[in-house]
Amino acid sequence: MTTPVIEARNLCCERDERILFYNLNLRVCAGDIVQIAGPNGSGKTTLLRILTTVSHDFSGRLYWGEDDLRRRRLDYLNHLLYLGHQPSVKKALSPRENLRWFSGLSSGHVQMPIEQALREVGLHGYEDVPCYALSAGQLRRVALARLYQTPARIWVLDEPFTAIDKQGVAALERLLLEHASGGGSVVLTTHQELGLAGVRRLDLLDFQADSDAMMAAAGDFS
Amino acid sequence: MNAPAPLPSPSVGAAFAAVLRRDLTLAYRHRGEIANPLVFFLIVITMVPLSITPEPAVLATLAPGLIWVVALLSTLLSLDSLFRSDFDDGSLEQLLISPQPLYLMVFAKVLAHWLVTGLPLTLMAPLLGVLLSLPEAGYWPLCLSLLLGTGSLSLIGAVGAALTVALRKGGLLLSLIIMPLYTPVLIFGAGAVRNAIDGFLVGPQLAILGAMLALAIIMGPLAAAGALRIGVNG
Repeated sequence: MTTPVIEARNLCCERDERILFYNLNLRVCAGDIVQIAGPNGSGKTTLLRILTTVSHDFSGRLYWGEDDLRRRRLDYLNHLLYLGHQPSVKKALSPRENLRWFSGLSSGHVQMPIEQALREVGLHGYEDVPCYALSAGQLRRVALARLYQTPARIWVLDEPFTAIDKQGVAALERLLLEHASGGGSVVLTTHQELGLAGVRRLDLLDFQADSDAMMAAAGDFS
Repeated sequence: MNAPAPLPSPSVGAAFAAVLRRDLTLAYRHRGEIANPLVFFLIVITMVPLSITPEPAVLATLAPGLIWVVALLSTLLSLDSLFRSDFDDGSLEQLLISPQPLYLMVFAKVLAHWLVTGLPLTLMAPLLGVLLSLPEAGYWPLCLSLLLGTGSLSLIGAVGAALTVALRKGGLLLSLIIMPLYTPVLIFGAGAVRNAIDGFLVGPQLAILGAMLALAIIMGPLAAAGALRIGVNG
């Protein structure tokens, strides 16, 4: 458990001539749950978008196992599940149709049938209801049902607890623990206090650039 | 190597089918919006005899060009929504990071777009030809040229839609980017119908339209995929 699954070295990211984080190093090993903390606008979502290869606006290196992540991007993506800031759920489709699309994209390998996954997230009986009839919390739950289905080992979750009720949060925390104890890795952002044992916190405020570093980084970017 | 054991390799065909099926289902659920360009097409063409002249000889000279111009504009109307809603609700990110070739995923989306705009336009065209007193010799070339041409229109348009997806108000810019790229398709498409009416060969024009479509199939989704990566990146 010493070799990290994902490793980020010297990540720097600049947005609108403002440095979000500087010299950030992150190691995520199998069995880790890493919480990215920081106030609004500190770059949590940006960091997750970098880790999921959605965004390329950064300097620094990303490693997947021992290899450069860019070289084995497809293999990495095959092991990755990313729940973004938006639930990515189409409101005109039913939960079943939405999940079918997701599983189709990730090559159709699922560990649990759609009905059972939806039952797990408390959407039993809503399988074929159009998603625009669902509440914000239920929409989020449709996206969370993917966690039950996916065979991916790396979960990157952006505010997964948004609009979820207490029981839902508890169930999700159980799921995360189960995933981590099975050798999976979780990177998440949340403003909620996590009731999980063994969560590592990474505070983005620790990687904010002081003025000297800012000058140096400005040199790097120009 | 401590990375997890490899998963079974992803099936590209299943992903292609999933994207195509989802987009067609979405189009069916939003059929009002999808019908919009078609109704526009129909209305403009029916207005022409009323506003210009009902004289069949005049209409017959106008018909090929008019049908082609309006088909082009109707396609343009529907383009902005190609990636917009996916961008807004985050599913575009999911598409970008799916372990699939993005070229094929974009191609599936464009194919769905063509099936609900270009294909109905092509099927409606003979009917509109009657409204514009199109001479008999022009019907087959009209259908064939539209069948080949609307495919190119959707594929080229996808590049523009992808380039402007991250802009809040990309509508005007989209038209400006796409219009010059559409002109060759328009020239050869309308030219084929005109040649047929005048009794000349239509083969060369249709062949060029086919070549454009082949080029658009190769280049269009590739360029659109690159543009999407840039758009979502920012």
